[in-house]
Amino acid sequence: MYKIIVLAKQVPDTRSVGKDAMKADGTVNRAALPAIFNPEDLNALELALEIGDRFPGTRITLLTMGPVRAAEILREGMYRGADAGVLLTDKAFAGSDTLATSYALSCAIRKIGDFDLILAGRQAIDGDTAQVGPQVAEKLGIPQITYAEEIISLAAKTIRVKRRLERGFELVECPLPVLITAHSTAPDCRPRNARRLMKYKRATTLSERHSASDDYLASHMEKSYLAITEWCAKDVNSGLVQLGLVGSPTKVRQVENIVFQAKESKVLTADDADIEWLMQELIARHTIG
Amino acid sequence: MNNVCVYCEFEEGKIQDVSFELLTKGRSLANQLNCKLEALVLGEGLAGIETEISKYGVDILYIADDKRLCPYTTLPHTAVAVGLFRETKPQIVLMGATSVGRDLGPRISSSLTSGLTADCTNLEIGEYEDKKTGRTYENLLYQIRPAFGGNIVATIVNPDNRPQMATVREGVMKKEIISETHKAEVVRPDINQYLREEDLVVKIIERQVESSKINLKNSSIIIAGGYGVGSKENFNLLYELAHTLGAEVGASRAAVDAGFTDKERQIGQTGITVRPKLYIACGISGQIQHIAGMQDSAMVISINNDANAPINKLADYVIQGNLENIIPRMIRYYKRNIK
Repeated sequence: MYKIIVLAKQVPDTRSVGKDAMKADGTVNRAALPAIFNPEDLNALELALEIGDRFPGTRITLLTMGPVRAAEILREGMYRGADAGVLLTDKAFAGSDTLATSYALSCAIRKIGDFDLILAGRQAIDGDTAQVGPQVAEKLGIPQITYAEEIISLAAKTIRVKRRLERGFELVECPLPVLITAHSTAPDCRPRNARRLMKYKRATTLSERHSASDDYLASHMEKSYLAITEWCAKDVNSGLVQLGLVGSPTKVRQVENIVFQAKESKVLTADDADIEWLMQELIARHTIG
Repeated sequence: MNNVCVYCEFEEGKIQDVSFELLTKGRSLANQLNCKLEALVLGEGLAGIETEISKYGVDILYIADDKRLCPYTTLPHTAVAVGLFRETKPQIVLMGATSVGRDLGPRISSSLTSGLTADCTNLEIGEYEDKKTGRTYENLLYQIRPAFGGNIVATIVNPDNRPQMATVREGVMKKEIISETHKAEVVRPDINQYLREEDLVVKIIERQVESSKINLKNSSIIIAGGYGVGSKENFNLLYELAHTLGAEVGASRAAVDAGFTDKERQIGQTGITVRPKLYIACGISGQIQHIAGMQDSAMVISINNDANAPINKLADYVIQGNLENIIPRMIRYYKRNIK
């Protein structure tokens, strides 16, 4: 059995971005967008769950950093098979770049303590940087295997992984503990399990319970698994100067909505005459042929 | 000290094109900053590599030729690069946004606590005023990239931490030989001072890497399909037109994500950047992240159902209608009119 930590991020669904998506200071206005479980983090969760299938007794802890609302993806992960969730939330984290994020996550991982494997998505769709996984591995001083497509074998303290490269693949072997990032070609995450949905649908963080009714709270007193761990910066012993905007070496100087240099376009129809004219024109100009 | 350094990627017996493109960009940045251009190449079997790299105007070339550095694995390359950068203290480090660069870059940045910006589409030098402190910084690297799913373009700076690091995709910068006879000063650092036993724990059991059969970057005509193509089957229309015109087929990210075609064909910020003579965009709406990879095309034809698709603004010719109708006719009328 293994102890696995899965890193996940709640991301704005960048496929449906509106005009109020950005704030004046150049950071993302997350409140204005639908929030989803970052797709490749779901691939990472599935790789963890497959290990759990093979090795009963494996414990999977889902860790996310974000606003209070990010607890949504922890519940989502628990419905699909994660054993526990940890929310790392604090105003001090606001504006973190990838380096400050990886620092905060590494502090939380140290607080969780013992682990054999850390799994994370290769990249998040709101930034596409693919930086946080390797940066966390470096902070923890452990090896990394990026772009994992399949876990080929896991025996005692050695793992063998198939990595997807741009133009091929690689089979690598590494001793535990190791951080692995999952590629989108890894198996899709299994759906919610109905029994787990019933069990965990009232799982909440401390912040969420602050606004809950008394009888709701009473049910929590009896069932400790309904309490999602919530930590702030102080809880994980992180140094404030390394967090948030202050701890981020990269600053956004400027954000622009790009206006294209519009060309004078000639609009054609799909009629034979128009298309034949265009092909003649391209041939005459030696653009084609 | 305080120079511009390019990590040159040595894969399958040769330096990757993206590294030469970055050396060319690095040379112009170094000229602007009035500093030297350095290059770092790690691998095995590197005899004679200095001739190939020097031509791009490199002043100082660091070579580490050692079997522990080939094929690429994360930890040994990180250890050597970090160890060297601690001594040479470059102000800027550039790397290709490849499988290797995206694995190595964040590891180095985390170790050196320096800022890293992924997938830049432009790099410039400029000043920055910190509005909180009122302090002005001169000669910073502007790391310019579409952000947030490609809906905006952001300029990122690293005011205080060094090196300022950026990765760039293949094809974004143009490569240019400065002088065939230019000679870099070659330095061969002793890597044993940087490598530890525990850096060698990851073993490569098997590796299969093929050279790309698709040559988008050097194609003078590109037929590119987007989500609007609708299916993998409909992409066959694009292959037929490409075959007729002697063109190559490209795709937008949405089409790749939908599984219509391979990732290798992706054009845009997170794919490849192209500058063909003719770009035929089929069913592509034209997100910034796609435009970033094709805006320097000499002529653009957009075939789209939607008269308001943003890409139409960039197009010389817009054909409104269905691909299924239009592409077969393009093929027919091309054949009829070509001698």
